[in-house]
Amino acid sequence: MGAETTSFLDSAIMLLYLVATSFFILGIKRLGSAATARSGNQLAAIGMLLGVAVTLFDQQILRYEWIVAGMVLGGLIGAVLARSVAMTSMPELVALFNGLGGAASALVAWGEWERVGAAGLGPDALVTIGLSLLIGSITLTGSLMAFGKLNGFITGKPITFPAQNVLTVVLMVGMLVASGLFAWNPSIEMLFWIILGGSLLLGVLTVLPIGGADMPVVISLLNSYSGLAASMAGFVLNNPLLIVSGALVGAAGLILTNIMCVAMNRSLLNVLFGGFGGGDSSPAMEGAGPATDMIIKETSADDIAIQCGYASKVVIVPGYGLAVAQAQHVVKEVATLLEQKGVEVLYGIHPVAGRMPGHMNVLLAEADVPYDQLYDMEQINSEFSTTDVVLIIGANDVVNPAAKSNPGSPIYGMPVLNVQEAGRTIVFKRSLKPGFAGIENELFGAEQNQMFFGDAKKSLQDLVRALKENE
Amino acid sequence: MDLIFNLFVFVLASFVGFELISKVPPTLHTPLMSGANAISGITLIGAVLITGSLPLLLPESTADWVVGILGFLAIVFATVNVVGGFMVTDRMLEMFKKKK
Repeated sequence: MGAETTSFLDSAIMLLYLVATSFFILGIKRLGSAATARSGNQLAAIGMLLGVAVTLFDQQILRYEWIVAGMVLGGLIGAVLARSVAMTSMPELVALFNGLGGAASALVAWGEWERVGAAGLGPDALVTIGLSLLIGSITLTGSLMAFGKLNGFITGKPITFPAQNVLTVVLMVGMLVASGLFAWNPSIEMLFWIILGGSLLLGVLTVLPIGGADMPVVISLLNSYSGLAASMAGFVLNNPLLIVSGALVGAAGLILTNIMCVAMNRSLLNVLFGGFGGGDSSPAMEGAGPATDMIIKETSADDIAIQCGYASKVVIVPGYGLAVAQAQHVVKEVATLLEQKGVEVLYGIHPVAGRMPGHMNVLLAEADVPYDQLYDMEQINSEFSTTDVVLIIGANDVVNPAAKSNPGSPIYGMPVLNVQEAGRTIVFKRSLKPGFAGIENELFGAEQNQMFFGDAKKSLQDLVRALKENE
Repeated sequence: MDLIFNLFVFVLASFVGFELISKVPPTLHTPLMSGANAISGITLIGAVLITGSLPLLLPESTADWVVGILGFLAIVFATVNVVGGFMVTDRMLEMFKKKK
């Protein structure tokens, strides 16, 4: 084959990579609206297929057996996982996929290093091989730790030991220095193994001290890392498609990380290096209000049915307690019955309502709740003043008015749903036990609030029965 | 110069990413994340290039075996990520329906 044919083929491949990149960008753009999201994902998948397919025509490829075998095996595993996973386990699956993506990028860098050999690689390539290995390995072990914590294999509590943060920072700096040295003097083969081992350890160390409740932040961050790792692999291979796609994913992960941090009223550094409430939480309780003086008003399913039946607008605020009780479908039944009575029903969803960004929305969509009833925090906060009844189910801290009114509270400053602006709030709760953050909720004793004690699912089933009897 | 040029591409793509993704509403954040996750499986292309560069089906030298095994593993992991990621995202988005 002549040089001209080669360069023509290379150009053709590059141009088709450009098409694939455009598909990714347009696909993500279409993910911006529920009406077009599905076609956006399909567009991105077509871009991926195109990118992989044209790569098979690359002159560098001599044999296909290993490639085909690997793709068939990986495709089968991926398809089975995607079909069988329960929607409640979505965070685990995303964590696992993140880890595999990171591992693949690290393996690509490692493979290139073995293939070409240190002598054949310039400092440019070596820097990127080192970084790809570093980020990919951290992503792998970090994601596996997150997977274990989400799944319950590893305790959800933060695991800490003395000088842990110091060790993590020293190791991180050490790995960056090692990557620099690796590019400077690749003849020291030991450096490669130091980077590999150190990064794998670093992934474990970074996620170990983070509590289960902070996993939404961790998954988002690891998502960003998996993109960066792919981008770095693109630097190693001088492949613009990898660089662009990886950068897009890296940006997505960073934005979601930031959104989660803001919603939890934490800084990223605080999530990574401080246990919850660490630092300035000591005066929290003294300002938390005289909990014992609260006058709690209890209510019943029949009473709720009557109140909701006469309402013109009802907002349902679901928390993860709802998903734990597997009560999404019963909630939907309640909403349907209310709508039959002419009541407008909306769902107000706090960003941390689920176990990962947007998780609660997926769980409700699975229960056939139409997406135009799913309101995010900003949208729903302007609805409460015209709402008659708010049903708060399995949520606690995200509706705590102390976040706005009590500077002494550890959640002060956290964005919350302003449910107290509504005419009536009804909290479905097992007991008066404080929520995850261990903070008393003044809402429970508020004038307009009533409590409905019991298991979320059973309470909702009672409500369904009461609503039917009231017809 | 490759490194600098690649950095240009990387930084510009990051800006595009920030612009695009900050417009995605919170309702769709889980499918966004799993879809983006599938896209990060693009590293599959790198894995294919490395694995395919081996001249023989059964390599003769140890070094080639190492490259082959690393590349094969990378292909498997990346394909799980790509296929699983796009499929599960589709499964989720299929459930998002407008009110009848």
